[in-house]
Amino acid sequence: MPAPIRLRELIRTIRTARTQAEEREMIQKECAAIRSSFGEEDNTYRCRNVAKLLYMHMLGYPAHFGQLECLKLIASQKFTDKRIGYLGAMLLLDERQDVHLLMTNCIKNDLNHSTQYVQGLALCTLGCMGSSEMCRDLAGEVEKLLKTSNSYLRKKAALCAVHVIRKVPELMEMFLPATKNLLSEKNHGVLHTSVVLLTEMCERSPDMLSHFRKLVPQLVRILKNLIMSGYSPEHDVSGISDPFLQVRILRLLRILGKGDDDSSEAMNDILAQVATNTETSKNVGNAILYETVLTIMDIKSESGLRVLAVNILGRFLLNNDKNIRYVALTSLLKTVQADHNAVQRHRSTIVDCLKDLDVSIKRRAMELSFALVNGNNIRGMMKELLYFLDSCDPEFKADCASGIFLAAEKYAPSKRWHIDTIMRVLTTAGSYVRDDSVPNLIQLITNSVEMHAYTVQRLYKALLDDISQQPLVQVASWCIGEYGDLLVSGQCEEEEPIQVSEDEVLDVLEGLLVSNLSAPVTRGYSLTAIMKLSTRFSSVNRIKKVVSIYGSSIDVELQQRAVEYNALFKKYDHMRPALLERMPIMEKSATNGPAEIVQTNGETDAPILDTKHPPNIPQPISQANDLLDLLGGNDVVPVIQTTAPTKPASAGGELLDLLGDLSLTGGPAPTPAPSVPMSQPPFLLDGLTSQPLFNDIGAGIPPMTAYNKNGLKIEFTFERSNPNPNIAVITIHATNTTEVDMTEFVFQAAVPKTFQLQLLSPSSNVVPALNQGSVTQVIRVLNPQKQQLRMRIKLTYTHKGSPVQDLAEVNNFPPQSWQ
Amino acid sequence: MIKAILIFNNHGKPRLSKFYEHYTEDTEQQIIRETFHLVSKRDENVCNFLEGGLLIGGSDNKLIYRHYATLYFVFCVDSSESELGILDLIQVFVETLDKCFENVCELDLIFHMDKVHNILAEMVMGGMVLETNMSEIITQAEAQSKMEKSEICAFLSLCRPLSFSVPDRTGRRRPGLLELQHAPYRPSRT
Repeated sequence: MPAPIRLRELIRTIRTARTQAEEREMIQKECAAIRSSFGEEDNTYRCRNVAKLLYMHMLGYPAHFGQLECLKLIASQKFTDKRIGYLGAMLLLDERQDVHLLMTNCIKNDLNHSTQYVQGLALCTLGCMGSSEMCRDLAGEVEKLLKTSNSYLRKKAALCAVHVIRKVPELMEMFLPATKNLLSEKNHGVLHTSVVLLTEMCERSPDMLSHFRKLVPQLVRILKNLIMSGYSPEHDVSGISDPFLQVRILRLLRILGKGDDDSSEAMNDILAQVATNTETSKNVGNAILYETVLTIMDIKSESGLRVLAVNILGRFLLNNDKNIRYVALTSLLKTVQADHNAVQRHRSTIVDCLKDLDVSIKRRAMELSFALVNGNNIRGMMKELLYFLDSCDPEFKADCASGIFLAAEKYAPSKRWHIDTIMRVLTTAGSYVRDDSVPNLIQLITNSVEMHAYTVQRLYKALLDDISQQPLVQVASWCIGEYGDLLVSGQCEEEEPIQVSEDEVLDVLEGLLVSNLSAPVTRGYSLTAIMKLSTRFSSVNRIKKVVSIYGSSIDVELQQRAVEYNALFKKYDHMRPALLERMPIMEKSATNGPAEIVQTNGETDAPILDTKHPPNIPQPISQANDLLDLLGGNDVVPVIQTTAPTKPASAGGELLDLLGDLSLTGGPAPTPAPSVPMSQPPFLLDGLTSQPLFNDIGAGIPPMTAYNKNGLKIEFTFERSNPNPNIAVITIHATNTTEVDMTEFVFQAAVPKTFQLQLLSPSSNVVPALNQGSVTQVIRVLNPQKQQLRMRIKLTYTHKGSPVQDLAEVNNFPPQSWQ
Repeated sequence: MIKAILIFNNHGKPRLSKFYEHYTEDTEQQIIRETFHLVSKRDENVCNFLEGGLLIGGSDNKLIYRHYATLYFVFCVDSSESELGILDLIQVFVETLDKCFENVCELDLIFHMDKVHNILAEMVMGGMVLETNMSEIITQAEAQSKMEKSEICAFLSLCRPLSFSVPDRTGRRRPGLLELQHAPYRPSRT
């Protein structure tokens, strides 16, 4: 068999290939030759073959069959073989192959070899790809080499030790004694790697950190020597003496000085010296300054030094070199929390960076700008940010839009400004706005009551221009549905009112329904909006027609809505006005957890805040049916209301299983986004917080016994709450005459549809035996139509070990409680 | 920690790839491709830092690159390394190669891949910077090459003579990497 070709030959051959296929062919041929050569167990040419294999591996071809050969090379006596073998091991092997453990013995022998280069090779390989088992076995050898006087080996051993510590943190203590005189080395290579080792140890263990704090003076001294020493040709990089070592030491000082007054004290001088003396014309100088600034920011430096640091960063921002500006923006972002005012001074420069052409710089500048926005500069900043939003790349638009919304919400100087800003964002970057902003915006708009007319007018105009941006269209159609009457009546004070007729509005909304640009969700919005307008506009017939057309739509969601709205027109027309009333103000609810109890009774402008009409109709329908089952099916009105019982969140009350899911889970939110748990009709609590639940004693309404069976007696006492005479507040008292406690006591109640019920949390769920105590719970019932109060109650408890459940109807309410 | 060091040319062909963290072969090739894609889009006068692609570890990692003539030198590092420091390190690496190969150019890297690996091994070990002193690195690298050569000679004297392959150099002087670099400044040559 002819001698295998050399690496250079192979490379030359491969380079002559004109196509990828040709190259592949050549490589395959060569691989076959290499494989057969490996099979022959020929020691002479193994090195050459593995070298070729590594080259092919780099080009992307599979080379795993060479792994064992690498091991054989490592075991060879020749330096050339070992070198290629170790290189191959580093490139081809890793922890996941079991083969690598076979190396351990070879490495161990090589670590004790007489030639330093062989030892160096072994250390290098161990430091690159040593697994935890290998590290455990060989840590002792590494530690021995750490103490040697040969600087070539010492520096390699130090980095190898870092790798060992990373893989097996428990071995850290083992290296501690060897670190004693590492810093007294003269050789910069060893110094450098020792500092790396110390840094690693300090980062991993707080004990080590406190142990090494005593090294601070020594480090300061070394740094001083580096700065003060004259020109030294060996370590010089662009006129500065060993900048890499300086940067490393500064980093270690940062870690040592963090949170510790004494060390920080010791460092102050040298940091000031470095900060003022370093030449900044070249990248090297700036690298050192950058590290110095980061260190000053992190340790407990004196304020003068901090000001110096921020000023350096400010100077960096003005530098022409993009890299420096990038680095400055990154560090300003880190320090803006701590030194907010200092960074504010550079705000104009940062805002200018938004206009930079470089993507990385723009992103940093954007993040920093958002961090700098506060109540004072909101108007100016917002102008810049909106301009940025217009002109930036699409990848930024989503983040920028969200940031703008957040900032506007926190610092908006006026409602009109806020709405204008939102409009601007929606029109310029509408399609990139995140989905959850739509409900937030809607909530915001409902809350700014006096701006309704202005808002709906602007949204309408925007809609006329462009219907392609879905979030904008969704918000606009919702608003038109709600406030269409204001639009048509032309009552805007803020700007010139436009003359719009009902037909035009309906045209626009119908246009949305048929347009190809509208997403299904948007269509849902517009259908609902059209429906709402049926109570606000007079052209009901047109609306009826539209709704009935969509009753046979292919889109199931639309079809269901249309069918239900149709039903509303036909059979339940008397409910329609009540259903389609204005939405009340929605309180901002927490993103997790149930809605707060709302108290905004007097604020909304619409007439009686009655039931809501959630756009999400299907849910209430099924829930209403549950209720019907419960109440025995009288008054067969498919209740499309979300009846009241809110999760009395602050009281942590129970939800009534009885009423099914009838909107009890905080309501299928009146906004389409299911994630916003809406708080329910405010009127139940009448402007009260959770504390005083009712503010006057009921004018002498006699209590009544609602239930008395099996030893459990439930009594109702009544109060009428003052502000709203429609609300009756009932307190139940549950007592137990048996000898055994009733545990896990749960009281549930249901009322007919015309009432609304809210149950607050009980005082406890154990009814003590023999009338020793009682469980109380408060129920609030809204009875706007002054019908006779009826209630069905369900009791569940555990008595004498077995669960008991009972249903009862309560009809004997005293007239004063509901009239 | 340095996660990877990649050198590839303007068309994306890898000239050196060293990973200090473990990835499968496929992932490695994908990383090279993705990095090339990101880096080649960059303009000449933008900063040399890129947030890394998704493959090579996500948000903590940055790509720091320099473009010299036909080659891109890319270091993928995590947040524990100083970005400006790595830029200098790349410069030192290229200067070292320059000294070893006498006006290094892409062909040198192509044909002497193993030698480049050896030099790199003297500078960066296990993802951490080992030595930054150029003369030191070169001294060590040359000493090791001498050892190898002496072994080969000894070997050859025992076998029948084989033809030596001469490194592919033509007589004319090709412009080196450092002369064609696009870096904003030239380091001072002492």
